[in-house]
Amino acid sequence: MRRISYLKAINEAIQEEMERDNNVFVIGEDVGEYGGVWGALRGIYEKYGAMRAQDTPISESGIIGLATGAAMAGLRPVAEIMYMDFLTTCMDPVVNQAAKADLMSGWQLKIPMVIRTQYGIGTREASQHSQSLEAWFMHTPGLKVVVPSNPYDAKGLLKASIRDDTPVIFMENRLLYNDIQDVPEGTWEIPLGKAKIVHEGEQITIVSYGHALKKVINALNEFNEISAELIDLRTLVPMDIDTIIESVKKTGRILIAHDAVEKCGAGAEIVRLVIEKAFDYLDAEPLVCGGLGVPTPFSGKLEDICMLRTEAIVGKIQYLLTGII
Amino acid sequence: MLTRMQKIQMLKSMMIIREFEALIKKLYKEGDVEGAIHCYTGEEAVAVGVCNALRKDDYIFSTHRGHGHAIAKGCSIKKVFAELMGRETGLCKGMGGSMHLFDIENGLMGGNGIVGGGIPLSLGTAYASKYKGSDRVTVCFFSEGASNQGTFNESINMAALWKLPLIFVCENNLFAATTPSYKTLSHPDIAKRADGYSIPGIIADGNHVLDVYEKTCKAVNRAREGEGPTLIECKTYRVEGHCMVLKDLPQHRPKQEVEGWADKDPIDILEKELMQDEGLEKDIREQLYKEIQQEFNEAVQYAKTSPFPDINEFMKIANSRYQLCEE
Ligand SMILES: Cc1ncc(C[n+]2csc(CCOP(=O)(O)OP(=O)(O)O)c2C)c(N)n1
Repeated sequence: MRRISYLKAINEAIQEEMERDNNVFVIGEDVGEYGGVWGALRGIYEKYGAMRAQDTPISESGIIGLATGAAMAGLRPVAEIMYMDFLTTCMDPVVNQAAKADLMSGWQLKIPMVIRTQYGIGTREASQHSQSLEAWFMHTPGLKVVVPSNPYDAKGLLKASIRDDTPVIFMENRLLYNDIQDVPEGTWEIPLGKAKIVHEGEQITIVSYGHALKKVINALNEFNEISAELIDLRTLVPMDIDTIIESVKKTGRILIAHDAVEKCGAGAEIVRLVIEKAFDYLDAEPLVCGGLGVPTPFSGKLEDICMLRTEAIVGKIQYLLTGII
Repeated sequence: MLTRMQKIQMLKSMMIIREFEALIKKLYKEGDVEGAIHCYTGEEAVAVGVCNALRKDDYIFSTHRGHGHAIAKGCSIKKVFAELMGRETGLCKGMGGSMHLFDIENGLMGGNGIVGGGIPLSLGTAYASKYKGSDRVTVCFFSEGASNQGTFNESINMAALWKLPLIFVCENNLFAATTPSYKTLSHPDIAKRADGYSIPGIIADGNHVLDVYEKTCKAVNRAREGEGPTLIECKTYRVEGHCMVLKDLPQHRPKQEVEGWADKDPIDILEKELMQDEGLEKDIREQLYKEIQQEFNEAVQYAKTSPFPDINEFMKIANSRYQLCEE
């Protein structure tokens, strides 16, 4: 099988969907000739022209508003917002318009659009370029939230997102872009809302997604003998809660790890669901391990302690298994 | 009228910014400076021309490309170096970094990682001046890319409506990230937009520091007199790539354009004028250069030997500020 990067996987998914459906187009800052600042859209402008690879001014509200309106008119926009932090500048079209228009119209409308964005911490870019804001979007009924952790998933999930008839927030991570993996050619997609069990285990369930998954794997490598069930959520909305609950019923212990801060995060939501649905099966309190709940300072030494840390994950696993801090 | 001495000082300020950026690039390559670094090279006349028309207590709002603004507004160079190296002794104790320089004592109210994010904030300090009956003015720096954010429209309307003491300074450097401005502006002159709000919209030669200075002085007077805002568009050129990691497409940098702007180097222009009009000595630039290098050596030494922020100290503050509940 051939091996391609996460970035290439994104590019392929989009090109294949553009090839299949004339209504699919990309729009965003620097996405024309340059192919996006991350390079995910290279070659698309040359192949499909400016109307389908639309460079925009720095006008995020305009971009997402346009995408929403274009979706109302039957197109299938794939918009790029360079950093997830900048989505805050266009929350109205995302939250009040795109998420709600299908319901408000009495289901006359569909809003098939994807907002590809890029999140995460660890590159010394300080507090306005380091956030993982998935919880904001999970909190808004009407949006889907997808977070691929590897090239294979990136391709399959993006294709499914573009084909979906509702707005999808598609979260990529700059530290994953150069990761390489076997990705089969041909027509296939990964359904939204289905988690992947990375490996099965008996002692503890660990749930993660996106870039954080790497840190979880590093943490698990610190243990000589451990039987952990590792779940890659793949999509946060819809969430595959059944897979999580099944696993917890087996292991009795759960840790959720993510880059985002813990307060009101995806982990907190999973803990709520586990307590509601599997309380009697728990042998220990469900735990979350996330980034430190502060705006990210610039200085590298401080940024390092603000990120999700492998040692912290190890510590929490140890505690869940032994009761010892 | 500017004295000869003041003009030489302006020349030196521009040279300081130029050399600062050169050194930062070197320190970045050597790993002492990290993160997103946007150089101000070639745009020095804007910051220096504008800030020389201001008092120390006047406010400025800066951008992601803010080193020049900070230096021109009078921030301590060694503290700017230290900030970019993430040190405790930095302008913002290593919390902000290159894109987020704050120095409240010198009226620098912050750079911004969000394009267009600073524009409405500048409305706020201008409002506060009017509110308190103070004659402090505010300058809002932004570039032509940011002029396409909704925040610009909202802010310029309110500033005009309420006659706030605010000067919008658009640094039109013809690029936003990798995109040339002809692809993003429906009209090449940002200044024209002022018409729609019934305020003066003025174009300055952004590579001519004295032109920028004079036009800013007028706008500042107008603002201090309570007559309201001015929009000044400084036409200039982003000589370097957007940041350390994004390279421009060659087709966006036609040779003729690059050479044309090289002939309009702001430092050369002022030097030439000073030689013609003020009989400036031939070797003055050499002399200034030596002074600057001396100052920089000390500043970099200071920054490099300064400690990084203390983690325990940070955690103590963070615990009380953000209620972390850490054991
Ligand atoms: C809201 C927002 N969108 C996009 C970006 C990414 N970005 C950073 S700087 C920049 C270009 C800014 O162009 P301009 O305002 O013209 O300033 P210049 O870099 O030319 O000084 C972009 C797109 C951002 N930081 N914030």
